[in-house]
Amino acid sequence: MCSPCHKVAGLVLLLAIAGCEREEREFQSPPPQSGDAGAAVLSTLSPGSSAPQATPSPTGRKYNQNAYHISEGKRWFRWFNCNGCHANGGGGSGPALMDEKWIYGGSIEHIAATIRQGRPNGMPSFDGKIPEQQIWQLAAYVRSMSGNAPKPARPSRNDALNPGPAEQQRDPLPTVGGAAQGPR
Amino acid sequence: MNIALTAAAILLGLMIQSSTAQESNSQPDAISPRSAAVQEEDGQWLMAAKNYASTRFSGLDEINAMNVKDLKVAYTFSTGVNRGQEAAPIVAGGTMYVVTPFPNYLYALDLTKPGAPPKWKFEPNPDPSAQGIACCDVVNRGAAYADGRVFFNTLDSQTIAVDAETGKELWRVQLGDINKGETMTMAPLLVKGKVIVGNSGGEYGVRGWIAALDATTGTTVWKAFSTGPDAEVLIGPDFKPFYAMDQGKDLGVTTWPPNAWEQGGGNVWGWISYDPELNLIYYGTGNPGPWNADLRPGDNKWTAGIFARDADTGQARWFYQWSPHDLYDHDGVNENILLNMQWDGKARKLLVRPERNGHLYVMDRATGEVLSADPFHAITGTLGVDLKTGRLRYNPEKEPKVGRVVRDICPAAPGAKDWNPSAFSPRTGLLYLPHINICMDVEATEANYIAGTPYVGMEVRMKAGPGGHRGEFSAWDIAARKEAWTINEKFPVWSGALVTAGDVVFYGTLDGWFKALDARSGELLWQFKTSSGIIGQPVAYRGPDGKQYVAVLSGVGGWSGAIVAGDLDPRDATAALGFVNAVPDLKQATTPGGTLYVFALP
Repeated sequence: MCSPCHKVAGLVLLLAIAGCEREEREFQSPPPQSGDAGAAVLSTLSPGSSAPQATPSPTGRKYNQNAYHISEGKRWFRWFNCNGCHANGGGGSGPALMDEKWIYGGSIEHIAATIRQGRPNGMPSFDGKIPEQQIWQLAAYVRSMSGNAPKPARPSRNDALNPGPAEQQRDPLPTVGGAAQGPR
Repeated sequence: MNIALTAAAILLGLMIQSSTAQESNSQPDAISPRSAAVQEEDGQWLMAAKNYASTRFSGLDEINAMNVKDLKVAYTFSTGVNRGQEAAPIVAGGTMYVVTPFPNYLYALDLTKPGAPPKWKFEPNPDPSAQGIACCDVVNRGAAYADGRVFFNTLDSQTIAVDAETGKELWRVQLGDINKGETMTMAPLLVKGKVIVGNSGGEYGVRGWIAALDATTGTTVWKAFSTGPDAEVLIGPDFKPFYAMDQGKDLGVTTWPPNAWEQGGGNVWGWISYDPELNLIYYGTGNPGPWNADLRPGDNKWTAGIFARDADTGQARWFYQWSPHDLYDHDGVNENILLNMQWDGKARKLLVRPERNGHLYVMDRATGEVLSADPFHAITGTLGVDLKTGRLRYNPEKEPKVGRVVRDICPAAPGAKDWNPSAFSPRTGLLYLPHINICMDVEATEANYIAGTPYVGMEVRMKAGPGGHRGEFSAWDIAARKEAWTINEKFPVWSGALVTAGDVVFYGTLDGWFKALDARSGELLWQFKTSSGIIGQPVAYRGPDGKQYVAVLSGVGGWSGAIVAGDLDPRDATAALGFVNAVPDLKQATTPGGTLYVFALP
């Protein structure tokens, strides 16, 4: 039954698998180091010739590429009632998270800082209430809502009432506002 | 010909007016709002509902069905806040008082001067964090005036009294805690020297309460919770509910799983009516928390029902539960219209309630007996009210469950009609109903109680109801128990209604039209496009110049307009607890705003 046609198909499949970028799955994920939060800047304006400089967080950048951390973040998003205000990304009493507008910045460092510190117009501070690792996972998931994570790492459709196109189906949107300096 | 018609219409109007002015009991079919609860028309608008009977009927008739087509803008005023404007402007003497959404500015406008310039502005500076626990936009439903003082609530749960003349603060009291998710959005009611207020937070597991404050000092005179032990609900020996389902000891505890009543909701964010002869106040309680009903087996007293309480002591007289063990977020907080009329050949003191669950209830307001409960809208979620037991019958096919999407529940969570109040004209006997034609698909989910965060447990996706139109404005003939006429609206109608002795009905639409209809035929007589969607409550008053004015706030928002006010994303059908999916096109129809419009004849 082994026709040439099948052989070609098998070869193509092998090549496709080999060509896939496989993410490294950490079987033990050490908690983020203190001092690894990076520095988020909320303005693009700084007196003088140079723009304000943000310091990236290695943890944040790593989590943002990783399907496991993003999917954990999606779980926490519900467990910590984030969805109560932000729904499945479209927003409610809190702003939409699936669009390109970022009031307090759209980099993963910004989002983690927003979760940690809260923001003055209604975002609660979760500092000391959510473990640091879960804050980074949440931040990675929040970025994926606007398509800002590698497509294979973004979650597919919910196993529940369908709210619309899944994170994986959304076109990446540039982050605008709040000195957005996220990885593209 | 026209003159003859006008004369005939006026004559007819006068005849009807003089007949309703008589004692209603002597007239077989006469309908009148409770005489003691409705004061003689003085041209003012001192409380959101106009009078204690909550008719929102103005006795002014300068603007009538014949001349309303000539209505023009007299003046406008920017509130400076582009969020949902749900308040009723309050008019006392020569001054108008307007309270805005958060940050809850209170303005006094001088009606004696051309263009009604501001007399003063009071800034209460509520905590901005309160915006994060307002389920459905940062709205405020208005102020109240009495004895030279203006009273209003702030989003961060303060009640404040301000000197009406000077704008100076007289007192303020902190009544709730934002870290428990508690806010205040309702319009206070002034009864016998007491300010009656209640809290919001049914989507945050907040335990509901109503409180009466001393109008001079702000001190709490009495406070009654909507859940918990009888002593805290102010249930005592005077409590005589009509139906067996509402009788028993500590039902506010025993109809819940252990301690669930502590996060049980039943918030008092809607309307209060008052009958001076019975000395009873009437008000509804909000939905039980969380929305996922599987997490709270039992009737969940005293949520989604109506209390009659002694105005002096707060002691409950009776209670009736519209939606025992509510399945659909059907808050029971809508307006209660107090009417004296013939019912089945007997003169009765009635309470009329267009309820969120889609039924129009007529009750005996002395006893709490339900005399009729007729559907005024398409209903699939329930199968009618058993008038013997008083119990609403649920449709088992539409019961939300964990792990199952239940489709086409009508009406949806905002109900066939939400908070936005209807108006009643004693001249036509019709109740003018702004309402909503929206159904929903839901899936119940786990709900984690974390104080100060939402406690809902439901994925919701709303959509247009039968016919495809999403709103309606209709007239309901109370005596005949049927709809007299209805007008389909593209968007849900989220504004209040106003009816006048000129037999004109006013309301606004989500895309910004302010409309005047013939109160008898429903014919559209006039409309004006305002700068933003209208979700406010129109009022009528007589200005210091003796002319009649009609005022309304324009500014989209609230639950229905959250997509615009909060810039939400319609790609997520569950945004704004599912409402966004019913109005995904609203951003193309209107933009945020906050402007007072006042109209008069040239």
